[in-house]
Amino acid sequence: MPDTARSGRYSVFAIAREALRQHKGWNRAWASPEPRDRYKVIVVGAGGHGLATAYYLGKNFGITDVAVLDKGWLGGGNTGRNTTIIRSNYLQDPSAAIYDKALKLYEGLSQDLNYNVMFSPRGLIMLAQTEHEVRGYKRTVYANNLQGVSTEWIDAQRLKELVPIINIDGPRYPVLGGLYQERGGTARHDAVAWGYARACSDMGMHIIQNCEVTGVETEGGQVRAVNTSKGRIGCEKLAMVVAGHSSQLAEMAGFRLPIESVALQALVSEPIKPCMDVVVMANTVHGYLSQSDKGEMVIGGGTDHFNNFTQRGSWHHVEETVRALVETFPMIGRLKMLRQWGGIVDMTGDRSPILSTTPVGGVFVNCGWGTGGFKAIPGSGWAMAELVAKGRPGPLAADFGLDRFREGRFIDESVAAGVAH
Amino acid sequence: MLILTCPHCGIQAEETELHNGGEAHLKRVGPDGSDEEFEGYMFARRNPRGVHLERWRHAYGCGKWFIAARCTVTLQVFGTYAAQTTTPPDHIVQAVRAARPDWNPTEEGASE
Repeated sequence: MPDTARSGRYSVFAIAREALRQHKGWNRAWASPEPRDRYKVIVVGAGGHGLATAYYLGKNFGITDVAVLDKGWLGGGNTGRNTTIIRSNYLQDPSAAIYDKALKLYEGLSQDLNYNVMFSPRGLIMLAQTEHEVRGYKRTVYANNLQGVSTEWIDAQRLKELVPIINIDGPRYPVLGGLYQERGGTARHDAVAWGYARACSDMGMHIIQNCEVTGVETEGGQVRAVNTSKGRIGCEKLAMVVAGHSSQLAEMAGFRLPIESVALQALVSEPIKPCMDVVVMANTVHGYLSQSDKGEMVIGGGTDHFNNFTQRGSWHHVEETVRALVETFPMIGRLKMLRQWGGIVDMTGDRSPILSTTPVGGVFVNCGWGTGGFKAIPGSGWAMAELVAKGRPGPLAADFGLDRFREGRFIDESVAAGVAH
Repeated sequence: MLILTCPHCGIQAEETELHNGGEAHLKRVGPDGSDEEFEGYMFARRNPRGVHLERWRHAYGCGKWFIAARCTVTLQVFGTYAAQTTTPPDHIVQAVRAARPDWNPTEEGASE
């Protein structure tokens, strides 16, 4: 199959046409070309954020001379390892703006990409299990309503109606109410990466997998090329979108980031019949729970507390998470777990992302999404594309620059969320 | 599960007994330091994919701080030593070099 083949538009007519010829006419969703000598823009990292960056570079700015490089396979990092939760109920204004932009883009993403990302706005509840959380979430509701992000405070009875399997009289942490975002939900994480990849490939961009960046070539403080396992590739601009390995890439370009990489893990149960049609996050006891379309209970836990690149996770965190969830949802106590895995997340001190120019001309960085990057993918790509195309941040990215650390302008979501978010 | 030996009380402690304190041997800038230097001290981190010298506190034990030399990829522990030093001691350097001959301790703590 030629590398330049377009995937063809997906529609009910395409299905009918292919049904009549035994499905022999489907093209590959994206091409796998060999890299050219140079591109206008190189995006390092073919995860959701990197592919979204490339997509909006093409869609919003007409820049299609783009290569997206990945050392592994497309969407094989944190994009394929998260618990697929989407929400925008953040406390600080800059966060609400970019996460709500992402949520709004998710709402139309399947149509925009012509690829079903299975966005399911099933609603999301963050449990308040201490008086502190009650006050904190009420404050967040007020803040969200001022930001134009619709969220509401619901009491324990309403919560029980929405989540019948919950035990609101837990002996240690009774459920006192919750922060409810009706527009929140989940999406199919792999499909988000695949959909963006297909759209990028259809625009003529190159997605080059198994191509590890080993060095960044600069001249007079300006990026010239990257050296990779597939040779030297020249570029005018370089976008680093590599989450947990951002520090390594930044070191190649000669600067340091305020990032520490830790392992975050999740696990998933055997599939069961539908029992919960909202996403529930319990931040006091550290556990997130939702049910996938296949029926598996998807469980997110806490991070390791030390720098870690193992992509494994650890048993005592599994125990901590499961213990908390069994108390809150007694009926899952008998479930068997199918899989457990870890991903390497990039944590900043204020738990807010970095979308920034860097000390090297033409190099831009998008990282620091920490434990909550999946929900931000479209908004992150949108803002990053503007930053890369114009060379300076637009309104969405303006507050997330690296200079905020020197200037003390933190966007403090770590206090607002109480835990990893 | 990560197990470290506390150099003060000699007990092998697992990670739930310990508190991680981040990168070790950071040099605090003085009153004459520039904003950039202070930013470097406060926020910029090596975050290596490999050998990491990091501070730990034996929180549910003797309560004292120490430093561990550990690989962040394999979780291999090369040794622990008391926190009252500005550079890793010789026996730690040798233990790391036995496994990683290219490792250069002078790069440690150089986060200007």
